[in-house]
Amino acid sequence: MSEHSFSSAWRAQPLGRRNFLRVSAASAATVALVATTGCSTETPEPVEADPHQIALPSADKGLFYYGYLLALALSTTYDKILASPPTDLTTAERTVIANMRDHQLVYRELYHYYIDPTIGGALFPTDFAFNTATFTLTTRLGVLAAVQQLADLAAAAYPVLLPLFTSASAYPRALLLKTVSVQARHAATIRDLRTPGSFADSTAVEPSTGLLRTKTPAEVNAALAPYFAPYVISVANLAVPV
Amino acid sequence: MNFFNIISQLAEVDSDVMGRLDSRRAVFSSLTTVGKRATQAAVPALLASFFSKAYAGTSAGDPKEVFNYALTLELLEADFYKKVIASPLFNTATAADQAAIRQISKHENSHVSLLQAVVTGIGGTPVTNITFKQATFNSLATFYGGATSILGVAQLLEDTGVRAYKGRAADLQGLGDVTISGSVYNPLETALRIHSVEARHAAHIRYMRSTLNPATTPWITGGGDLDGQPHYTGATPESNTTQSGVSLIAANAITANTTYSQADAAASFDEPLTVAEVTDASRAGGLIGA
Repeated sequence: MSEHSFSSAWRAQPLGRRNFLRVSAASAATVALVATTGCSTETPEPVEADPHQIALPSADKGLFYYGYLLALALSTTYDKILASPPTDLTTAERTVIANMRDHQLVYRELYHYYIDPTIGGALFPTDFAFNTATFTLTTRLGVLAAVQQLADLAAAAYPVLLPLFTSASAYPRALLLKTVSVQARHAATIRDLRTPGSFADSTAVEPSTGLLRTKTPAEVNAALAPYFAPYVISVANLAVPV
Repeated sequence: MNFFNIISQLAEVDSDVMGRLDSRRAVFSSLTTVGKRATQAAVPALLASFFSKAYAGTSAGDPKEVFNYALTLELLEADFYKKVIASPLFNTATAADQAAIRQISKHENSHVSLLQAVVTGIGGTPVTNITFKQATFNSLATFYGGATSILGVAQLLEDTGVRAYKGRAADLQGLGDVTISGSVYNPLETALRIHSVEARHAAHIRYMRSTLNPATTPWITGGGDLDGQPHYTGATPESNTTQSGVSLIAANAITANTTYSQADAAASFDEPLTVAEVTDASRAGGLIGA
């Protein structure tokens, strides 16, 4: 099975316009059929919505979009920090954040490539961005707080993400699987820089079970929502974890 | 209800859908029978189970064996840290490093308890009598140092643990949820939540060691003082820079006008180890014993 075996219609159109994966339409049709007990053979057309409303597609492609948005959020913020770092941010700390930025860029670009192998193609409208204005990136403590918030968020998102993949292809899962632990390494490291020894404290790990505290796509999406305004991302088409 | 309309739409994007459904024909026929009698409200749940079964993982292993394998490694780590804390060398560590080791030790003990409950909960018998070889432990001369120091071994154990969980994820994909003591656990998600905590431990120990070994970073670039040990090799070594068939260090491979460095491409992804690789004498296998 090819690792890029999705329809050409998929590649052609950015999200938020009209065409989602047909699987998404199928599930919408399911709901509609069930709701009405009708026997329509029509594929419901998505309603032409507010141009700032962006619904991620269903199935594995939606999960990659979700991973892409996380990587976009983190890489954008880290890049912003490194472009004009606060003077009290040490050289060693800058190197750590630069490494983390580079890893997130690899994820962002690889997920992008996986969604659309046309290098240079746009997945979102040109003015779509992660806005870092509300973070305090002018002081060391502000920087470390912002980076920890984002790194912890990504680390909490990944263990939930993987079981939601449905493709028979091993590639998508392998890619995300190899990323889970690196997100965890990032979060632990930035925690140690901000509060020494907090790499896996009880705010991140449940003490009784030793399990990482996680966040669902809906929770992560809500946490990121203020920074994507005026765009509004919907993860309603993504599979829901237990 | 026109299920076939839905199926035909799925077939447009997934040419293999009929194959999936065909192998699950029993589900399909029972669905139509039950569906006739079911209330309108119950049908969505039936559909959900129908699709999740059709798309469930196809390579699932025996979860009892997988979780006992995880338990074996957690028991090894738990016993190692127990020996570390009891060792006179522990007193040579800084207060902060002692606190970190105690924290990690507590997590390993929690993982052991949880995995014992999971194995029992799914009808298996938890593995016992897994200890860190006393003679090997006695040969560790210092707390700080390289591969034969306590922290060096801790790093190798944690990084091996991270890779070992990755090696079994495919065996847990698609397995149904289990309920233990009233809590619902998805097997793969649970394994990955433990795996993530192991990775936090690994990152912290590497960070602790970076004071004396500045080339050792919390992530595995290949430049660290122990990154050449067998624990980082294997069929897919940690130095791997090809993901999903794409060489990340080739010019413009995924980004226009961009070539990623070997260190970034390698460190961005942790690679799996197979059971045979983990239990090999050069890795965790050589550390288990009386």
